[in-house]
Amino acid sequence: MYTDKVMDHFENPRNVGEISDANGIGQVGNPTCGDIMKIYLKVDNDVITDIKFKTFGCGAAIATSSMVTEMAKGKTIEEALRLSNQAVAEALDGLPPQKMHCSNLAADALHAAIENYREKQK
Amino acid sequence: MRRVYMDHSATTPVRSEVVEVMLNCLADQFGNPSSLHYFGRQGRRALDEAREKVASAIGAKPEEIVFTSGGTEADNMAIHGVAMLNQNRGNHIITSAVEHHAVLNTVKALGKQGFTVTILPVDKYGMVSVEDLTNAITDKTILISIMHANNEVGTVQPIKEMAALARAKGILFHTDAVQSMGKIPVNVDELGVDLLTISGHKIYGPKGVGALYIRKGTRWRQSLFHGGAQERLRRAGTENVPGIVALGKACELTVQELAGESVRLTGLRDKLIEEVMNKIPDVRLTGHPTKRLPNHVSFCFEFIEGESMLLSMDMKGIAASSGSACTSGSLEPSHVLLAMGIPHELAHGSIRLTLGRDNIAEDVDYFIENMVPIVERLRAMSPLNSENEFDFEDSCADCKVSGSCHL
Repeated sequence: MYTDKVMDHFENPRNVGEISDANGIGQVGNPTCGDIMKIYLKVDNDVITDIKFKTFGCGAAIATSSMVTEMAKGKTIEEALRLSNQAVAEALDGLPPQKMHCSNLAADALHAAIENYREKQK
Repeated sequence: MRRVYMDHSATTPVRSEVVEVMLNCLADQFGNPSSLHYFGRQGRRALDEAREKVASAIGAKPEEIVFTSGGTEADNMAIHGVAMLNQNRGNHIITSAVEHHAVLNTVKALGKQGFTVTILPVDKYGMVSVEDLTNAITDKTILISIMHANNEVGTVQPIKEMAALARAKGILFHTDAVQSMGKIPVNVDELGVDLLTISGHKIYGPKGVGALYIRKGTRWRQSLFHGGAQERLRRAGTENVPGIVALGKACELTVQELAGESVRLTGLRDKLIEEVMNKIPDVRLTGHPTKRLPNHVSFCFEFIEGESMLLSMDMKGIAASSGSACTSGSLEPSHVLLAMGIPHELAHGSIRLTLGRDNIAEDVDYFIENMVPIVERLRAMSPLNSENEFDFEDSCADCKVSGSCHL
């Protein structure tokens, strides 16, 4: 039911962990719903130089988290804000329809982390 | 890769003796049992023999057995048929919150057609209380349907006590014995039930065949299927003779082997439970600790989600199932776990391991060997742990998913 890319990111997730001196942290979801994604950012001169994630959830939740960290790394925060959940799903060659709604929140977590970074800069 | 199948409550492999009789029937006994000629008589004989075997396996008379397309049809037929024929006597039906959807949704559908429905709660072990049932009965109650053993947590219900209560009040009692058949004794007189459901593919028979036991004299009639006079007007449609023959053989073998297998499986089950509890922290056994099916193990693993465990196990050749929302096809975790008071976040981490005749002690070792690192890996990836588990409760606004969020 999952594409090879989803299974690859589930089996070998990229950028798992925390960043101790992160300057932006974002979290979406709720354990009640079965998905939580937490993204840690290190931003230098508006460029995402490091990004890590921790996720509670199904295979799709873990794979989309991993994929969004790969897509966002090295991007400016402006570019990263334009990444959508849809784009993450497409980069994984698609997700099963029932997963599009509940487990495809990784870009939202990234955007929450960027918001958190911007607030800290004020 | 080694393959370890621990999902026998979902379905079982068809055993070779059953395949053999089914193939022989397909090849040689193609006659329609309703036909008068030689070929028809061959089919009729095969059908009669199978009916005797199924009846004998549950302590019934052959004429009390009606063959169906499976457990779901038998459940629908039992409940709907009693409700339709007894509506002049009353309109109240009682069931439990942990029933299979084949029962629960049938009763709920009747609830929209003028019947009053009581769905009994369960305790933390998934057990229905006889006292709750006593209190729920009214002078309008016509039917009680409570499962013999639960498919998700393996808890065995006090059917004998509840059925005795029903009989004393003149209320019909149905039980879904799909999961208990072949695991613990299922005898219609000892249980004291009026209607009972079994299914072929849970007892090493094929899919697409099951049976409904209807005690002689029960106020029931076929109310769903219209058609021919097969099964003495109780189930229209040309009989699935090869499937029925296979069901007969499966019933015969499962009852012959029950005593030995239940002891053997209990040993494997207890080993599995003990080793998981000893080697993996933050795990809870769900279902009743002792009043559970001999082959049934179910856990909730904290801080990680069921589907990601299943995917990881599948990569190691281990087949199991989960009550997580992600595996149910809906957005809600298992209705059984929620009814037992298990919080949503824990229910998402549920894993069910159901053993069968092909499992051996080495399978349990292989499971433990692989499950320990799987849980460690997923927990290392999870933002949840014992310190922060409940910090997340105020982030409800982000949740766009669950309509029945309890927070």
